[in-house]
Amino acid sequence: MATSSVSKGCFVFKPNFKKRKISVPIEEYFNEGKNESEDSKLRFETYQVIWQQMKSETEKMQEELNKNLFDSLIKFLQKSHSGFQKNSRDWGCQIKLREIPTAALILGVNVTDHEFTFRSLTEAIQNNVTPYVVKLQARDCPDIKHFLQKLFSQLMDCHVDVESKEEEKDIQKKTHCSMDSLSSWYMNVTQKTDQGKPRKKRTSSQWQSPPVVLILKDMESFTTKVLQDFIIISSQHLHEFPLILIFGIATSPVIIHRLLPHAVSSLLCIEIFQSLSCKEHLTTVIDKLLLTTQFPFNLSEKVLQILTSIFLYYDFSIQNFIKGLQLSLLEHFYSQPLSVLCCNLPEAKRRINFLSDNQCENIRRLPSFRRYVEKQATEKQVALLTNERFLKEETQSLLESLHVYHTNYFLVLRCLHQFTSSLPKYPLGRQIRELYCTCLEKNIWDSEEYASALQLLRMLAKDELMTILQKCFSVLNSSSEKQLGSTAKRIEELLAQLQSLDEVKEEEDASGSQSKGLQKTDLYHLQKSLLEMKELRRTGKKQTKFEVLREKVVNFIDSLVREYLLPPETQPLYEAVYFTAAHTLHEHLNAAPRLALHTALNNPYYYLKNEVLKSEEGCIPNVAPDICIAYKLHLECSRLINLVDWSEAFATVVTAAEKTDANSVTSEERNDIIHARFIRAVSELELLGFVKPTKRKTDHVARLTWGGC
Amino acid sequence: MNKLELNEDKVLEVRFVGDDDVLNHILDREGGAKFKKERPQLLVNTKKIIKKPEYDLKEDGIEVLKDKNYVEVLGRDVQESLKNGSATVGGNKVYSFQNRKHPEKMAKLASELAKTPRKNVSYSLKNDPEIMTDIPQCSKGHSPSDEVQLKNNDKSEFISTTRVLRKRLIAPRNHSDSESEYSASNSEDDEEVAQEFEEDTNKAILSPKTQAQNRVVSAPVYKATPSKKMKRDKTSDLVEEYFEAHSSSKVLTSDRTLQKLKKAKLDQQTLRNLLSKVSPSFSAELKQLNQQYEQLFHKWMLQLHLGFNIVLYGLGSKRDLLERFRATMLQDSIHIVINGFFPGISVKSILNSITEEVLDHMGTFRNILDQLDWIINKFKEDSSLELFLLIHNLDSQMLRGDKSQQIIAQLSSLRNIYLIASIDHLNAPLMWDHVKQSLYNWLWYETTTYSPYTEETSYENSLLVKQSGSLPLSSLTHVSRSLTPNARGIFRLLIKYQLDNQDNPSYLGLSFQDFYQQCREAFLVNSDLTLRAQLTEFRDHKLIRTKKGTDGVEYLFIPIDNGTLSEFLEKEEEES
Repeated sequence: MATSSVSKGCFVFKPNFKKRKISVPIEEYFNEGKNESEDSKLRFETYQVIWQQMKSETEKMQEELNKNLFDSLIKFLQKSHSGFQKNSRDWGCQIKLREIPTAALILGVNVTDHEFTFRSLTEAIQNNVTPYVVKLQARDCPDIKHFLQKLFSQLMDCHVDVESKEEEKDIQKKTHCSMDSLSSWYMNVTQKTDQGKPRKKRTSSQWQSPPVVLILKDMESFTTKVLQDFIIISSQHLHEFPLILIFGIATSPVIIHRLLPHAVSSLLCIEIFQSLSCKEHLTTVIDKLLLTTQFPFNLSEKVLQILTSIFLYYDFSIQNFIKGLQLSLLEHFYSQPLSVLCCNLPEAKRRINFLSDNQCENIRRLPSFRRYVEKQATEKQVALLTNERFLKEETQSLLESLHVYHTNYFLVLRCLHQFTSSLPKYPLGRQIRELYCTCLEKNIWDSEEYASALQLLRMLAKDELMTILQKCFSVLNSSSEKQLGSTAKRIEELLAQLQSLDEVKEEEDASGSQSKGLQKTDLYHLQKSLLEMKELRRTGKKQTKFEVLREKVVNFIDSLVREYLLPPETQPLYEAVYFTAAHTLHEHLNAAPRLALHTALNNPYYYLKNEVLKSEEGCIPNVAPDICIAYKLHLECSRLINLVDWSEAFATVVTAAEKTDANSVTSEERNDIIHARFIRAVSELELLGFVKPTKRKTDHVARLTWGGC
Repeated sequence: MNKLELNEDKVLEVRFVGDDDVLNHILDREGGAKFKKERPQLLVNTKKIIKKPEYDLKEDGIEVLKDKNYVEVLGRDVQESLKNGSATVGGNKVYSFQNRKHPEKMAKLASELAKTPRKNVSYSLKNDPEIMTDIPQCSKGHSPSDEVQLKNNDKSEFISTTRVLRKRLIAPRNHSDSESEYSASNSEDDEEVAQEFEEDTNKAILSPKTQAQNRVVSAPVYKATPSKKMKRDKTSDLVEEYFEAHSSSKVLTSDRTLQKLKKAKLDQQTLRNLLSKVSPSFSAELKQLNQQYEQLFHKWMLQLHLGFNIVLYGLGSKRDLLERFRATMLQDSIHIVINGFFPGISVKSILNSITEEVLDHMGTFRNILDQLDWIINKFKEDSSLELFLLIHNLDSQMLRGDKSQQIIAQLSSLRNIYLIASIDHLNAPLMWDHVKQSLYNWLWYETTTYSPYTEETSYENSLLVKQSGSLPLSSLTHVSRSLTPNARGIFRLLIKYQLDNQDNPSYLGLSFQDFYQQCREAFLVNSDLTLRAQLTEFRDHKLIRTKKGTDGVEYLFIPIDNGTLSEFLEKEEEES
C-alpha cells in the first residue's frame, strides 16, 4: 500500500492541478448513496435554507439574551475609565487609580458556548468603548513572556493604521516585549490619533485615551504565576497604560481569590457580572426553534428527550444542542423522501403538484396516511389509492390541516403551561419542554399527572386564576392567525365573569360583615355551628359562585387540551415534518465505544451473523475470532497474566476448534501457526488497551481493566 | 396546599373573627386535608410520582429530567437500531470491578472450551449448595495466607472464585434441582426476584446475606423497586471486591517463563509468514459488514462538507476501510493520510507536511503555535482551499497528548479542513474534554470490522515478538562502516564488555577509566583525549550513553539490547 512506510507517517496526495478544479458539488453526495432518491436536490436545498434560518435565528436570539449583560458591562467599562479622564486629585480617585478595574464574568460551566459570547462581547466593546480589545487564552500563554507577546501583537492588530502597520510589524519583531514598550507604544498611538485625525473616526467614543480591555477567556486555566506577575506589573504602569481586565470564569467568583493571593487581588477592583444560565438559554432556544410554526421541522418525543438529556447530563452546551438539531434536520432530509414537503405551507402546496409517481407511492405507504385512508368511505379510498390528482389535492388539504394543527397545538400548549407551571410540585414539569415531551408522547389527559394537575387547578385561588387567564389571553392574542379567536373570546368572557364576581362578593362581604362580623361567640357555639356545617357538607354543600366559575374554567381548559393537544402520530402525513429516528441521533452524538468493543469481543455473533457463533450470554464458542478467545481467557485472570499459561490455554482452545483439518499440516507447523495467532491476538489486545507489558514479573502482562465476564 | 393558603393570607391584619369565618376557615382546611388524603392514594399508583417528590425538593437546582424516561427511551431504541453494539449491554456489566481470581482458572476455562468443541460453554450463576464442598479442593494450590482470606470472605466470594470449577464438577441436571430448591425455599414474592437474579449474569450477588436482607423488606415495596435494591447491594459488593483485589500485593500467578518453551519469541518476518498461512474465518460475514460500511461513504462526504468531522470506532482495524474510502471518494481532492500508529509521528510532522507539501511554503516557524496560526490564517483567507485529513489511530501513543489533540482539534475546526479519524483504544474518548470535543465536532460511527491490526501492531515492540531490531542493526552497521578502524575497535570493546556482563544484574556500565585502560592495552588510543573525542562521536550517534554511578564515576553503556549487539558482532566477524 502506498500509505505504509517505516520512515514516514504522513502521506500527502495532491491530484493534478487540472483535476482539482472540478469539485463535486455537495448535493451529489446527498443523493448518490441511495438508489431511489426523490427530489434529492430540492431536499438538500430545503435543508440548507431551513438550517440557515435556524442558525441566524439562534444567533439573533443569543445576542438578545446577552444584551443585558453586555450593556451593564459596557457601562462598567465606561464608568471605570472615567477615572483616567478626570485626573482629579481627590484621594478616593487616587486610590482607585492604583487598582485595575476588573470585571469578573461568570459564564457557567458550558465552556463551549463561551466562544460565541466573547466574540460578540468584543464586537460590542469595540463599537462602544475602545478599539483596543485583546482576547487571551490560557493555552497561548504558558509564561509571562508569551503573555506579553500575544498581548502586544494583538494590540497591534487592533490598531488599524495602514501607514504605520509595516513599521509596527518590525517593532514587534525587534523589541523585546515589556510593559514599558507597551506603554510607550500606547502613548505614541494615542497622540498620533489626537494630532493626525482629530476624532473623525471615533465620534462615538470621546476619549482622548481609550482604555485597553484585556479579556482572559478562561481565567481558571491560567497559571497562577503568570496572572500574578502580570497584574503586579501592569498595576505599576496603570497611570500610563489604562488597562481594564475582564475575567471569563466558568465556576464561581471564589476562584479569583483562590488563584490570587491577597496582595495581588487587592490590586484589582472587581465587579461581578452574571450571565444568563444555560438552562434559561435552552428554554429560549426550544421556544424559538421548536415551539413555533415558523419552522416546519419538528422533533419527535424521543429525539427531543435525547437532545435534552445530552444537554442536562453531559455538557450544558447550547452549541451541542444546536449541533444535535442540525444533525436531526440533516438526517430527516437525507432519509425521508417526503421531507421535500417540509417547508412553508404555500411552497409545500406548490411542490405537491410536481411530485413524481414514486413520491405519490411514498405518500400512500406512510402509516399515518394509510390509517387516514382506512377511515374514509370506500369510494374515496379507491380514489386516493389510484388517482394521482385526487391524491395530490387531498395531500394539500391534509398539509393545510397539519399546519392548522400545529398552530393550535403550540398555542394551547403554552396556555396549558401557564396553568401547570405554577402548581405546587409541578406535576407536569416546570419547563415547557417537559410538558411538550409528555404531550408528544401520548394523550396527555390519560396520564396520572394530568389528573392530579387538574385536581390542583380546581383549588386555585381567584387572583391566581385571574392572572393565569390573563396570561393565556395574551398568549392567544399574540398569534397573528385567528384559529383560536373564539377561544380567546371565551377566556375574555370568563375573565369578565370573575371580575364581576369580585364586585358582587365585595358587596356580600360588606353586608355579611355587618350582620355576622360582630357577633360574639363562645366555644360551645362554635362547636355547634361547626357540626352543623359538617352536616351540611355531607348532604352536599352548595358551591359558591366562584367555585362554579373555577370549575368552568378548568373544564374549559380540559376541553381545549383534549381537542388540540393530540399527539402528532394521529395526524396524517406527520412523518413528513417529524424527525423520529432517535437511535441514529444517539448513535452519532453520544456513542459508547467501550460498549461496542465489549460487545464485539464478548458476543461476536452480534456482528458476524454466523450460526456457529451463536451462544448464550457470557460464553463464547471456540471457533470465535482469535482476539475474542484471548480476551475471554484473559478475563479469568487477576492483575497479572502469565504469558505462558495464557498461550497454552489459547492453544488448547484453538486446537480443539481445528481438529477437523488437523492432518493437512504437520503438528510442528501447526503449533507455530497457533503461537503466531496468539501473538497477534495479544498484541491487538495491547493496542486496544486491555493489557500492557510489565516488569514486575518475567513474561507477564498486566491487565488494565477490571472485572470478569 | 399550605402554600396556597399562605398566598391568601399574604396581608397581615388583626381583626375580630366571627364564628362563621372561623368555620369557613376550618372547613377549607378540611378540604385541604381531604385532598392530602387523596394524594397518597394517587402516589401509590404510579412509580413516576413516587420519584417526583425526591427531585422536587431541590427546587433551585437544575431540574432533573426523568432519567428513567431517558433510559427507557434508549432501551426502546434497541429494537430499532440494528448496528449499535452499545445498546446490548448495560454499563454495569461491562467493566465492573476486579475480583480475586484463581490462578489456574484460565487453564480450566480453556480446557473447558476445548472439551466441548462447537458447543457453548456457559458458566451461569446459579446458587448451589455444592459449591461449598468444592472450596477446599480449589484452594489447595494457594498459599496459606490466601486460604485464610478466602475463608474470611463472604460466601459470594467463593461463588465467584470457584465458578468455573463448579461448572466442571456439577452436572447440568443437578443445577436445575438445586435451583428449584432455591426458589421453593423462598416466599412467592421472592420468586420473581430470584428470576431476576438469574437473568443477571453479574457475579456473586447471590450471597445468603443479601437474600436475608431482601426478605426483611416488606413484599409490596420490594416489588416496586427490585432493581434499585439490587443495585445498591451490588455496588457495596463491588467496592469490597475492588479493595480486595488491590489490597494484597502478592499476585498469584505461575512462575513459568517463556524461555523454557522452545518457540518463545518470533520475529516480525516469521510471524507474518506464519499468519499468512492462516485462512481467515467468517470472511463472508466480514465482507457483508464491510459492504454495509461502504454504503456510508457518501453520507460521510456529505457530513464532512457540512462541518462535522467523523470518528470511527469499534473492534478491528479500520485502516482498510479508510483506504477504500480514500480510493473511492478522495481521488480528486488534496488529502493527507496520517498513520498515527507510526512511532515517529508527531504533530510537528503533520503541520510540516501541511505547510510544505500542501501549501508549498518554504519558510520555517519559530514554534508549533506560530505554524498553526499561519496555517489557520491561510485556510481562512483562501476558502477555495480544501484539505482532507485521514488519521489512522488518532489515539496512538504519539498523538494522544493533550497538546497534540488540541492542535489537531483546532485544525479540524476549520471550515475547509475535513477530518476523518479512527480510534481503537479502550479509553480513547478520555482524551477529549468538552472544549476539544466541540472543536472536533464529532459524529461517531461504529465500524466493527474484526480485521487484524496487522499494520498497526507491526511497529509496536510487541510483547512476544522478538525484537529483531533490524532497524537499529542496520543503523549500527551503517555507522560503524563510516568509522575508522580504531574507533570500530573501541566500540567493539565496549560491546564485548557489555555482553560479558549481561547476566550481571548490578552491571552499570564500563567506567571511563577502565575503558581507557582497556583501549590502551589494545593499542587503540594513546591518550584519554582521543578516547573522549571518539566517545563524543558515538554519543552524537546515540550509540552510547553515560550514567553517573553512586561514586560519581561516569559509566558508559550501549542503549541497545544485547541480541542486536551480538548479532552485530557476528556480522562484523564474518566480514573481517
